[in-house]
Amino acid sequence: MDLLGELAILVLAAFVGFEVISKVPNTLHTPLMSGTNAIHGIVLLGAILVIGPAEGLLEDLLLVVAIAFGTINVVGGFLVTDRMLGMFKRKPEAGEE
Amino acid sequence: MSRADLISLLYIVAFALFIVGLRMLSGPRTAVRGNQVAATGMAIALVATLLDERIGDWGLIVAGVAIGTVIGVPSARSVKMTAMPQMVALFNGVGGGAVALISVVEYRDAGAELPADALIPILFAALIGSISFWGSNVAFAKLQELGVTKRRFRGLTVPNAVLAVVAVGLAVVLAAGMESEGLFWLMLLVAGVLGVTAVLPIGGADMPVVISTLNAFTGLSAAAAGIALDNTALIVAGMLVGASGSILTKQMAEAMNRSVASVFLGGMGAGAGALAAGDDDVDRTVRSTSAADVAIQLSYARLVVVVPGYGMAVAQAQRAVADLAGALEQRGVEVLYGIHPVAGRMPGHMNVLLAEADVPYEQLREMDDINGEFARTDVALVIGANDVTNPAARSVPDSPIYGMPILDVDKSGSVVVLKRSMASGFAGIDNPLFYGEKTALLFGDAKASVAEVLAEVNAL
Repeated sequence: MDLLGELAILVLAAFVGFEVISKVPNTLHTPLMSGTNAIHGIVLLGAILVIGPAEGLLEDLLLVVAIAFGTINVVGGFLVTDRMLGMFKRKPEAGEE
Repeated sequence: MSRADLISLLYIVAFALFIVGLRMLSGPRTAVRGNQVAATGMAIALVATLLDERIGDWGLIVAGVAIGTVIGVPSARSVKMTAMPQMVALFNGVGGGAVALISVVEYRDAGAELPADALIPILFAALIGSISFWGSNVAFAKLQELGVTKRRFRGLTVPNAVLAVVAVGLAVVLAAGMESEGLFWLMLLVAGVLGVTAVLPIGGADMPVVISTLNAFTGLSAAAAGIALDNTALIVAGMLVGASGSILTKQMAEAMNRSVASVFLGGMGAGAGALAAGDDDVDRTVRSTSAADVAIQLSYARLVVVVPGYGMAVAQAQRAVADLAGALEQRGVEVLYGIHPVAGRMPGHMNVLLAEADVPYEQLREMDDINGEFARTDVALVIGANDVTNPAARSVPDSPIYGMPILDVDKSGSVVVLKRSMASGFAGIDNPLFYGEKTALLFGDAKASVAEVLAEVNAL
């Protein structure tokens, strides 16, 4: 895709991002931060796309680390958010710190 | 339909799920599902990417994902609720690190031969990714109270400004066509040092705002990497996070009565700034809250103790309070009232008012009865009471009310104080309870505030 097309998508995504979060109750600030955090784990896809054409041991090594990092970001991010939001389910009985 | 079209289509589905998920994440009723919706979007985007013809080195991909899963899943599962913010910081940091690493490889492969519309985004992604990685790790260390990060760092404003200029300068030189891998690594290093020194001076209480800022940064760097790699998934998801993360950062700062600038500059310029007066002043900020937050806190509590005072009487809020208690009980929350003997302006003042509002008598507890209950109380809801909750009566021998028996609301899990303003109570004494870590204040007329909270509870 050409640069202008990409910039158009970028700007539109920015406006959607601004609008989609309206007034968030304080209690949800940390879970929401964590949820958005998991979404930028999308960089995992970037690392996966780049590792094919990459050459040499160093680049492969760097990208395996990048893929591992991205996976931690995605998987850990969504899991932790889910655990945080667990407190909004009905009546957890004991068993929490 | 070509394979490329299929990938684009799947990406579009993923974008829709990200946006819907984000929207749902910002409301208490829908948040859990919102997170699942966003995660589904991520899974779809991942599958779509794996369909790409350029994908190679499957073994390495599987290895990387396996390593990440083995590290990520157990840490996310085992982390304590109280340690969540630093966990988010770590997860954010590795995201930034991944962006920086991708940028390195892209630069090594093509270097200055890259067209400007790929080279500039890569330099940007590398800069921000590195700042985010190192800054997040420092934020983690500070929240975890590791080693030197506990110390107070001051006077870093000028060095930070210099580092920022150097890092951007290096990026400009590289963008201008000077091909040098060494210079690229140097730029990553300078940006990393900047990430460290920018976060180091900031106090632990402001750390959530810092993490949220770095979160938005990582989103931006992912979007930049997306432009360089011609990948719309990275552009859209990264920019969504960059934008929504910025809004969230602003809201978080506002909730703490701070501005984002004061968090970063206040920390950096603390040499003579607002924090210079010492720890006392830092502790003396109040946290204001909103009716929606109070409603969530109350609805998901097991035991709520209402502590009424003169403010409730003045506002004639007793009936609204009784209605709120009724709504909470319907949700299975136990509600008790803690009545201090001199709450209000006469003994028994509160009992009379609450009886008038048909509050069942057995819910009204005398001070000696209720004080033992605060330890298992999730939320103490203080409505227009002040001096009778003032912990100074226990702990500050100089205080005029020292020795007066009080309701030990500060022993409960959290405290919500409904209050008209920051004016002190009848006795004219400042109340340390209001500055406590567990305390949040909801300002406004007691009756109006209670009615708002009730409306929010009913809307949940």
